[in-house]
Amino acid sequence: MRSFILSRILQAIPTLLAIATITFFMTRFAPGGPFDSEKAIPEEIKVQLESHFGLDLPLFHQYLLYMKNLLRGDLGPSFKYLGWQVSELIGISFPVSMTLGTCALVIALIIGLPAGIIAALRKNTIWDYLPMSLAMIGICLPTFVLGPLLILVFSSTLNLLPPLGWYSWSDLVLPSCTLGLFYAAYVARLTRAGMLETLKHDYIRTARAKGASPARVVYKHALRAGLLPVVTFLGPAFAGLVSGSFIIESIFFIPGLGKFFVTAAFNRDYTMVLGTVLFYATLIVSLNLLIDFLQAWLDPKAREQK
Amino acid sequence: MLEKRSTFCKIYYSHIQTIKVFLTSTMFLSWSCLFFSCSAPTNVEKAIENQILHFGLGAEPQYLDPQLATSVSAHNVLSALLEGLVSENPKTLEPEPGVAESWSISKDRKTYLFHLRENARWQNGDPVTAYDFVYSYRRILNPDLGSQYASMLHVLKNAKAYHQRSIPWEKAEVGVRATDKLTLELTLENPTPYFLELLNHYSWFPVHPPTIKKHDAFDRIGSQWTKPTNFVGNGPFKLKDHRVNSVIEVTASKTYWDADNTRLNGIRFYPIEAVDTEERAFRSGFLHLTQTVSSDRIDYLQKNHPDWIHFEPYLGTYFYRFNHLTPPFDDMRIRKALSMSVDRQILVEKVLKGGQKPSFCFTPPNTGGFTANDQFEYNPQKAKFLIEEYLLEKGLEEMPPIELTYNTSEGHKKVAEALQAMWKKSLGIEIKLLNMEWKVFLSTISKGDYSMARGGWIGDYVDANTFLHMWRTNDGHNQTGWSNQKYDQLLDLAETATDSQVRLNFFQQCEEILSEEVPILPLYFYVHVTLRHPTVKGWYPTLLDHHPYKFVYLEKEEEP
Repeated sequence: MRSFILSRILQAIPTLLAIATITFFMTRFAPGGPFDSEKAIPEEIKVQLESHFGLDLPLFHQYLLYMKNLLRGDLGPSFKYLGWQVSELIGISFPVSMTLGTCALVIALIIGLPAGIIAALRKNTIWDYLPMSLAMIGICLPTFVLGPLLILVFSSTLNLLPPLGWYSWSDLVLPSCTLGLFYAAYVARLTRAGMLETLKHDYIRTARAKGASPARVVYKHALRAGLLPVVTFLGPAFAGLVSGSFIIESIFFIPGLGKFFVTAAFNRDYTMVLGTVLFYATLIVSLNLLIDFLQAWLDPKAREQK
Repeated sequence: MLEKRSTFCKIYYSHIQTIKVFLTSTMFLSWSCLFFSCSAPTNVEKAIENQILHFGLGAEPQYLDPQLATSVSAHNVLSALLEGLVSENPKTLEPEPGVAESWSISKDRKTYLFHLRENARWQNGDPVTAYDFVYSYRRILNPDLGSQYASMLHVLKNAKAYHQRSIPWEKAEVGVRATDKLTLELTLENPTPYFLELLNHYSWFPVHPPTIKKHDAFDRIGSQWTKPTNFVGNGPFKLKDHRVNSVIEVTASKTYWDADNTRLNGIRFYPIEAVDTEERAFRSGFLHLTQTVSSDRIDYLQKNHPDWIHFEPYLGTYFYRFNHLTPPFDDMRIRKALSMSVDRQILVEKVLKGGQKPSFCFTPPNTGGFTANDQFEYNPQKAKFLIEEYLLEKGLEEMPPIELTYNTSEGHKKVAEALQAMWKKSLGIEIKLLNMEWKVFLSTISKGDYSMARGGWIGDYVDANTFLHMWRTNDGHNQTGWSNQKYDQLLDLAETATDSQVRLNFFQQCEEILSEEVPILPLYFYVHVTLRHPTVKGWYPTLLDHHPYKFVYLEKEEEP
């Protein structure tokens, strides 16, 4: 197991370095620069600004300098938000996205798992059709439709919840539900599929034959294996959720990471693009690693293989 | 077996019951949370009491350093935190005493002597002195700082030469001098009629020298002095909190010389970029003011909430550029034909529907007392004739398709499609629409790699010069390849003219040249459409969308 962990960590380092390199050159090859604006900047001022941020150096030199700083943990200053370091901005916005993402995931699991289990256990009945139809609607209904709909009902009409902002705990309810319901739909469908597959296995029949109680069959034998597809999905889903959602942040005016992720590319904020991409990549790599361990714990066959 | 199966189903059923109970309790808990988290008074309701203005800022300001800031949103915040030599009348934007309680102007109108008030203070209690202004102007003009708006100070004598590194400061004799602690003398290169108005641009605001020195920010971008714990201003408000993409909060400053007449206790600026979100925030009582309104919502809001929506003139022109260096726009007839066949009235009334005014000249009407005669005519018949003449001369049967480039936006697309249809109908010309991401668009235009492209310009100050200067030969904003010696000479003459009527005549001639040679195609003058709560008082429409906050207050709506 130790060698497995070590090998996965060693694999992660070149992956991240490759991502940093590709992103660095892709951002630099995109047309336009961070200081382009409709108001023309005198050439000498542009030169001064570029020299201040080291953009006057040869590209490869810039790359080496960036990688050197990166290895020291320095993501550099933002080109758009002057006076702010990229790490500082990620440090401010990540907890927001983390809170929102975690709440959304909890909602997704609270709704998605029972709905999926019920649907699998009561296959081809109303208990299957109803949650699965709702799940299909949930998957098809984009968050930019669901978000304003929830605001319309709970904020504008019923005046129960704030429509936007990130200033008190009540601000968390609507965005978490919007994001959570979308993921709940996926979780429900994956749980149903996983459970149905598992319930067909011989060992389930054996468990039943040996007189295990239905609850025990479900919780002890079927659920663990039935949740494998959900667990696989949860890794990247969680990384996506906690690294912020541009749409949700825009609809609910939330100062999360998703906005930086998207606008950095539009602003040609090179260091911010690299910072957010690397941060997201590190999250994905770490969570995939965690999911591997979880799968190994859930599935003895996988454990043996590893 | 059958019996066993039915027992199994029963237990399954009980299991489902458990899940149902779980789901019901979860729903009950959620609803309880909803109930208890509800119905606190809104920001707008609380504001009558606490006098805090909630302001939709649009974009997050890039930087709160007045000498490095570059945006409207930065102006909106900085004008609360800092005050220049003069301030503005809230209705007319006429200069009024600011840090300077009075001033005198020399006969040749080139030397201004400002007498600073004794009770002007920085937020830490330091007096605001003439030396602070000298330091600030030297800082912005310092080429090592890389200020994008340093050219605003080029009206000062020798400022341009120092800024362009031609002469060091000690030898430059830049026209800024503190004769004593409370007297500042500014000498101009030429008489500049709009000079006092210019002083209200944030690039002319002072900075607190000890703070700049402490944070080593004299010639360095991105220092920490603009953070709330470090910022020292001299305006009616002081910086309390700044959370990026969330809120910028300012509170009334007790050290401000006119604190007794400042009625607001604070302002909260929210950088809400999504237009729909901003409107929702306004409707729910979260905001007093929005930065803009979605064009799709204007009709609805006009019908249902006429007391919320406001159409205010705005000093800006929407236009298309022609690339003069490539055919067919190297030929004046094509440029003229395209201009003559645009029905600007239809464009603003049927397509834009946001109160915009059609533009038949480039400078918006009544800009610093200048209103150009309408020069760009609408004459589709003549346009058709010009095209036929061109085709005959070039031996062509029909016009080759023309590319129209614009940056991705629903608004720009709408205008481009309307013009595409007009040109197809009147002239039979095929227009290919090409939309680009913003930075790609800017890069394409600056390289001259376009045929016809969208443009827009918002004046920096209320004078025709801020518009007409753009089309000088090789001006950074020109980007059309158009050059006219007479036009350049007229602007030079306007710069040195002492008689205002003579000066306006030069501008009139410039406009005539523009309409004669059509380097650009002006389409409409901007209008600032905004939502404003009726409780906001002391807020008047102004051409630059400047609203001195010390005159603003919040008062309960009168009962109808």
